[in-house]
Amino acid sequence: MSAVQADVVQSPAVRERPIYLDYQATTPVDPLVVEAMLPYLTQNFGNPASRSHSYGWSAEEAVENARAQVANAIHADPKEIVWTSGATEASNLAIKGAAHFYSGKGKHILTLRTEHKATLDTCRQLEREGFEVTYLDVQENGLVDLEAFRAALRPDTVLASILFVNNEIGVIQPMEEIGKILREHKIIFHVDAVQALGKVPVDVETIQADLMSLSAHKIYGPKGIGALYVRRKPRVRIEAQIHGGGHERGMRSGTLPTHQIVGMGAAAELAVRSMESDNRRIRQLRDRLLEGIMSRVDEVYINGDMEHRVPHNLNLSFAFVEGESLIMALKGIAVSSGSACTSASLEPSYVLRALGKSDELAHSSIRFGIGRYTTEEEIDETIALVAAKVGKLRELSPLWEMHLEGIDLNSVQWAAH
Amino acid sequence: MAYSEKVIDHYENPRNVGGFGKEDAGVGTGMVGAPACGDVMRLQIKVNEQGIIEDAKFKTYGCGSAIASSSLVTEWVKGKTLDEAMTIKNSQIAEELELPPVKIHCSVLAEDAIKAAIEDYRKKSGASSSETH
Ligand SMILES: Cc1ncc(COP(=O)(O)O)c(C=O)c1O
Ligand code: FES
Repeated sequence: MSAVQADVVQSPAVRERPIYLDYQATTPVDPLVVEAMLPYLTQNFGNPASRSHSYGWSAEEAVENARAQVANAIHADPKEIVWTSGATEASNLAIKGAAHFYSGKGKHILTLRTEHKATLDTCRQLEREGFEVTYLDVQENGLVDLEAFRAALRPDTVLASILFVNNEIGVIQPMEEIGKILREHKIIFHVDAVQALGKVPVDVETIQADLMSLSAHKIYGPKGIGALYVRRKPRVRIEAQIHGGGHERGMRSGTLPTHQIVGMGAAAELAVRSMESDNRRIRQLRDRLLEGIMSRVDEVYINGDMEHRVPHNLNLSFAFVEGESLIMALKGIAVSSGSACTSASLEPSYVLRALGKSDELAHSSIRFGIGRYTTEEEIDETIALVAAKVGKLRELSPLWEMHLEGIDLNSVQWAAH
Repeated sequence: MAYSEKVIDHYENPRNVGGFGKEDAGVGTGMVGAPACGDVMRLQIKVNEQGIIEDAKFKTYGCGSAIASSSLVTEWVKGKTLDEAMTIKNSQIAEELELPPVKIHCSVLAEDAIKAAIEDYRKKSGASSSETH
């Protein structure tokens, strides 16, 4: 076992840190990726834009090699890859860049209510600038209704932005069908594929994407580096959002972080190479986790479609317990929650709300994110911990007691406060 | 969110969890909050013939601070007269548990719960106990 793996996987006897089940938030950098990156911090530290000496040339070569690796991972041409600081920047560049460039053709943008904040907040900004945005509802299973999608298109729609794999509930949208509809209507198609790469096949041709945001730190690469795919045939134009030395063909200025880029390239290649074996193992772990919890705990609800879903994500709501106390009880595992109290915003998860979940169930949701280094042992410990702690909290819960007595909680007049 | 040791203690070893029969003599029940708000507190008191709270129980659906606040007040009200219990302030609870500002509403809920339980007891036992005012 390598040093990095040893850092993540701890044997229960010596476990000092919580079991890491938050792989949709971020991932540790794979040891192979670290190895690839290191020489570019010390030996080959040149600026890839330096044309006059070998330091620059070798850095540039590494950047171009990584560009090809990322391009290959999504079946694109290396010339279609623009480096950014991450997917948030990539989505800002894609959405603002295309909206601004094509604003003469129309000012309507279509997206989903369940998108990542990087998309939603960017759209909000464009609304302030005079664009109109439709935030389309999804079905109860989190998937877009293609008929509703088609119906939401307008003659002045210039751009649609869709999340390939949802970060909270792991559902996979029907990207091919969406791409087809958009191409028919000649609408620019931006795809947030951050949670898709390495989990499902990503091919910009099959889904006919025009723009695609990617991030390294969700695929066992370093934080702070991402990429935007910008289609060349037919050519898609975007307006730069960051100006300066004219790097990345003017689309994104700023000195390229060679080591980060090398890390993203290596991670992307590895992600595609290990996708099948990762998926097989992770699916077994996910099934084990789900069965384990379902067989021991009553009144558990799955959020999001189970069929059109990556196995890396399991999002469950535990009825009659409150989310923050659940997270507190589960401090032995590092998970994320849809509860108001744990997020900065004080609103329960907008994604779960968009699925029509009640506030209570949205509050008591836990996202289990399984990844490359998750072990069966960790899953078994998690099952035991969840069963024990939910049981304990329900003993404390007046709502659970009422439920057991057969009282319908919706029929109760609650004293507002 | 970092919790104070006192919150964690009450949360991990909650005192006086449970309930009394709602209709039992001498029992007052206060139920406050709403599931949609993420907190529901049920606090019950058992009052003896001298008008002293001799026992208290709670169940809470809510965050760690809400659980700790209700656990703490069950300890505090025991042995108090109704009037004494009525004087418990959320600020005292918040201070004792070192609650951060965003958790003050959890202590407010505990104050509301104890007041509601006392009111319920007074209503049930009629004029006789109201005279203790
Ligand atoms: C679906 C999705 N899009 C975008 C982002 C933002 O990526 P980054 O952290 O690289 O800015 C994330 C990560 O939080 C994500 O999960
Ligand atoms: S119950 Fe949510 S903050 Fe206390």
